[in-house]
Amino acid sequence: MDRNFKQQLMGYLAGNFSCKDVAALITEYLEGSFTLTQRIRFQMHIGLCSACRNYLHQMKYTVATLRQLPSEPMPMEIKEELLKRFRSWKHEPSSPNVSSDSQ
Amino acid sequence: MWLPFIFSRKLVLLLALPNLSDPLPRDEASLVRALQDGDETAFSVVMDQYSGSLLRLAMAYVPSRAVAEEVVQETWMGVLEGIGRFEGRSSFKTWVFRILTNRAKTRGTRERRYEPFGLAGVDSESDEGPSLEDSLFVAEGSGSGHWIDPPQGWEPDTPERALLSKECRMAIEEAINGLPDNQRQVITLRDVEGVSAEEVCNILTISETNQRVLLHRARTKVRRVLDPYVRGGDSS
Repeated sequence: MDRNFKQQLMGYLAGNFSCKDVAALITEYLEGSFTLTQRIRFQMHIGLCSACRNYLHQMKYTVATLRQLPSEPMPMEIKEELLKRFRSWKHEPSSPNVSSDSQ
Repeated sequence: MWLPFIFSRKLVLLLALPNLSDPLPRDEASLVRALQDGDETAFSVVMDQYSGSLLRLAMAYVPSRAVAEEVVQETWMGVLEGIGRFEGRSSFKTWVFRILTNRAKTRGTRERRYEPFGLAGVDSESDEGPSLEDSLFVAEGSGSGHWIDPPQGWEPDTPERALLSKECRMAIEEAINGLPDNQRQVITLRDVEGVSAEEVCNILTISETNQRVLLHRARTKVRRVLDPYVRGGDSS
């Protein structure tokens, strides 16, 4: 496990929960990997500290913005080429040397 | 006699079609069966559904868009080769993405870009310095652990509006492109493509802890880049 993260988590569990800990553990919080007690203590800090509240909002906003990035367009000629190959694949027996999902 | 069969197959595809924004089709098993049976519409649907995401992820492994497009093409050929033996042990999406990462790693290594997770893993701090947060907080004294420059409220605009700015969009894209490969792969899958944490761990074969650490570092850097574009008055 990442050493800094471990130190921060230990500091937090020891009750020494600073703004820096909030910033360092914010993804843990957003990922839902806190225990109920950790979550409550994190939320108490957020409730009392406007700077950390802003930071939490900024991180959520960042994630939401990333989700809205336009998708990479795949050139139409590649799709057409693949459809062409699909048609010939359909008429071929399947190759024995192939990947399966059991790997 | 054949009519009900044909009708039911088309019906299954139609049920899957209007829901393309979902990360997975409603009836994945039917779609996989249709692919195995050589249904071209089904192949077209899955290509439309996943090619953009695959292309983005491929670009996190190889040096150019052209090579990334080739990797996606090879991935779909791999799907065709393997679909007959797909048993549903993982989700179809995870399976397709794993084909891509395997092929992209091979291409990336050949193009001397890709570094496996073990070499640039989360235990190595060489690319990060001691901590991403260190520079933002008071190091010593009574204010230790407090913000040097407390975060301000961002404009209440929606992310969609922020992305209307070409400069903002370019800055975010550049920030993602500039991340170490492993962080870029994680943030691309998790945040840009909306893949679940569990699936990301399966696709990239990393632990949950590594996934979170890499995601945290990547998000922290992108947040920093986004800040000047959405910084507003203090909303606290």
